[in-house]
Amino acid sequence: MTRKRRRLLAVLAGMGMLGIAAALVLNAFSDSLVFFYSPSDLKTKAVPQGRMLRIGGLVEEASVKRAGDGKTVTFRITDGSAAVPVTYSGALPDLFREGQGVVVEGRIDGAGEVRAASVLAKHDERYMPKEVVEALKKSGHWQEGAAQR
Amino acid sequence: MIAELGHFALILALLLALLQASVPLAGAARRDLGWMALARRTALGQLVLVSLAFAALIHAYVTSDFSVANVFENSHSAKPLLYKVTGAWGNHEGSMVLWVFILALCGAAVAGFGGNLPAELRARVLAVQGMIGSGFLLFILLTSDPFHRLVPAPLDGRGLNPVLQDPGLAFHPPFLYLGYVGFSVAFSFAVAALIEGRVDAAWARWVRPWTLAAWCALTIGIAMGSWWAYYTLGWGGWWFWDPVENASLMPWLVGTALLHSAIVVEKREALKSWTILLAILTFSLSLIGTFLVRSGVLTSVHAFAVDPARGTFILLLLLVAIGGSLSLYAVRAPSLKGGGLFAPISREGALVLNNLLLTTAAATVFLGTLYPLFSEELGGPKLSVGFPFFDRTFAPLMVPLLIAVAVGPLLAWKRGDLLGALQRLWLAVAAVAVVILIGLYLTHGGPALAVLGLGLAAWVFTSALVEWAERVKLGRTSAGETWRRARYLPRAAHGMTLAHLGLAVTLAGIAASAWQEERIEIVRPGQDLTIAGYALHLDEVAQIAGANFTADRARITVSKDGKLTAEMDPEKRFFPVQQMPTSVTAIHTNLLADLYVALGDSDGSGGWTIRAYWKPLVPWIWIGAVFMALGGLLSLSDRRWRIGVAVRAPHAARAAAAGD
Repeated sequence: MTRKRRRLLAVLAGMGMLGIAAALVLNAFSDSLVFFYSPSDLKTKAVPQGRMLRIGGLVEEASVKRAGDGKTVTFRITDGSAAVPVTYSGALPDLFREGQGVVVEGRIDGAGEVRAASVLAKHDERYMPKEVVEALKKSGHWQEGAAQR
Repeated sequence: MIAELGHFALILALLLALLQASVPLAGAARRDLGWMALARRTALGQLVLVSLAFAALIHAYVTSDFSVANVFENSHSAKPLLYKVTGAWGNHEGSMVLWVFILALCGAAVAGFGGNLPAELRARVLAVQGMIGSGFLLFILLTSDPFHRLVPAPLDGRGLNPVLQDPGLAFHPPFLYLGYVGFSVAFSFAVAALIEGRVDAAWARWVRPWTLAAWCALTIGIAMGSWWAYYTLGWGGWWFWDPVENASLMPWLVGTALLHSAIVVEKREALKSWTILLAILTFSLSLIGTFLVRSGVLTSVHAFAVDPARGTFILLLLLVAIGGSLSLYAVRAPSLKGGGLFAPISREGALVLNNLLLTTAAATVFLGTLYPLFSEELGGPKLSVGFPFFDRTFAPLMVPLLIAVAVGPLLAWKRGDLLGALQRLWLAVAAVAVVILIGLYLTHGGPALAVLGLGLAAWVFTSALVEWAERVKLGRTSAGETWRRARYLPRAAHGMTLAHLGLAVTLAGIAASAWQEERIEIVRPGQDLTIAGYALHLDEVAQIAGANFTADRARITVSKDGKLTAEMDPEKRFFPVQQMPTSVTAIHTNLLADLYVALGDSDGSGGWTIRAYWKPLVPWIWIGAVFMALGGLLSLSDRRWRIGVAVRAPHAARAAAAGD
């Protein structure tokens, strides 16, 4: 095999690999991109039902209710101007509590309630999820330094 | 006083680094031996100075000197000594000092052990190391001063984040950084080779041990991080496709590719410019890994505080390092002479396939990790890329890689015999068939993909054994002859077998996670929770006090078929300094499966939420990673990396090496 043919082959293999990768990426992108909404966005924007999305904000004070089975929890997420009810069944992160910034990932059901598949809180209580900070800033309920100490 | 000394040492180190970055480079161009020799001395001097600074920082932590802002923010007097020390690098400023400390260590190692490198190459390599060091020291001194003083000094500190107060995490960053920074040596060698315009087998022999060492450290670092997440986060996940995890996975993937392509340069003098490119990419991804995420640009559970001044500097540093090296590559790479020819079906061909798949996989991870950033910066919607993306792009690319990893080592250099190799793998094919049939029979209707994953693991495992057995002629000749062959087989060959076996073990652990069981229930003392045939009896939940926390500790006795098998004590700790709760899970393992219990909240009327998981084969994920790292270390101990060591070559060794 000549040098030229070898190079051609290598280029073809590389292109083929990139093509496969591009196909895989496009295929996976179509339904694994998770868009971010604040509770206010949910009120004002048209939100696709049944699609995975992320909602960030603070856990509203006095809204956390635990069902008797030990794993189902309902609470509300607020950005100060709007709040949205969430139902979640599973293990909550240690840092989950009222007043804490969280991001939930889940789907909106017909009643406008979020069925969460996962609840994320930061490892460190000093920092809030960036999206939450921005959502709070947008709604005008961000207090500089309050959450950051 | 000592903190000021540390600060001063950093400034001196910067000056030395600038000297190291310039004079030896000019010396190499002028062939001035005196100027070139400066590189060794400055590299050793940097190690001394940066060690001093690092020691000063640790001293400030150990003595709880809260007049140092960094200590005040990240430490507390009531903290176990171990975490006072490790707290030094559990924050942005301290971790940067650790970074330059390891960089200085690498530089000094090149200077110290590189006695038989050609003088020009050594001078240039060290000069490039000096440039990296200058960039980082400048970054520390301008934007992240770890020795900044507070006046007046506070009485006590804010404490280290409790989740970081864990022995597993204490040593996770040093290993990770050892990996990241270790790749800087391969990078410096690549840039030096581009300046010289020469890459040969000897060059590959110098680069490969450094790459191997960095790769081993990174493997251990990633495994430790994932193990830590597994046992602390309380729900038994071990990989989340979080940006920080991805940031460490990308250099690992490309570094793995580099490890393999450097073999081709060494044995066959082919793939030279590709190997150079990989060395540049690996370190660039390490830089991106250290920075983009740590700087808080990407939302991540691991991000440190965000500071816009740092962001700009970081971007500039990335631009200079990555842009500069890639431009140099674009200019100089075409002049590198291509090496030996090979057919597509050959050992080289298999390694090219390995490289293509690994780099493509890294590219998809890169895209998935950074896409949210691109989308937002370009005015698009705010979004995140969920783990289904990675499952669907990364996994399909790994399948052909795992199939090929079995065949590659059985192919000859230059021109291989694919059919012959496959025939020799009949045992592996049989193993796959057995595993898949048993798997499908036992779990009929269960997750078929997981069964396939186990089959793939059996394929990789058996074929690695077959390859090794062929080399030592196991069973085909006398036991004594096999023993002799095994002894004279290069350590690198044993290392490869061990690492590939480890890959198979990890893969099996990952695949089997599909069969895990989960129970979350409210249990009262005296009641049972059953999972996977085990009865978990909650005896009591007691309040206990630790060094800097209080905790609720549950006492659970585990029995199976009426026989007592274990006692487990999961805790829920509360750290008053930070007002923060953490979980301490209890794990009972028999190496085939883990029983994993975490204590949840009290329901206020005597019941406690207990989360229990049964996770088959999950310990294999980390056992496999340890195998991989040990394989790398074994390979690292191969005599041939020690250039200049007289090679002892009796006939048997030569015969074994010929098959290598």
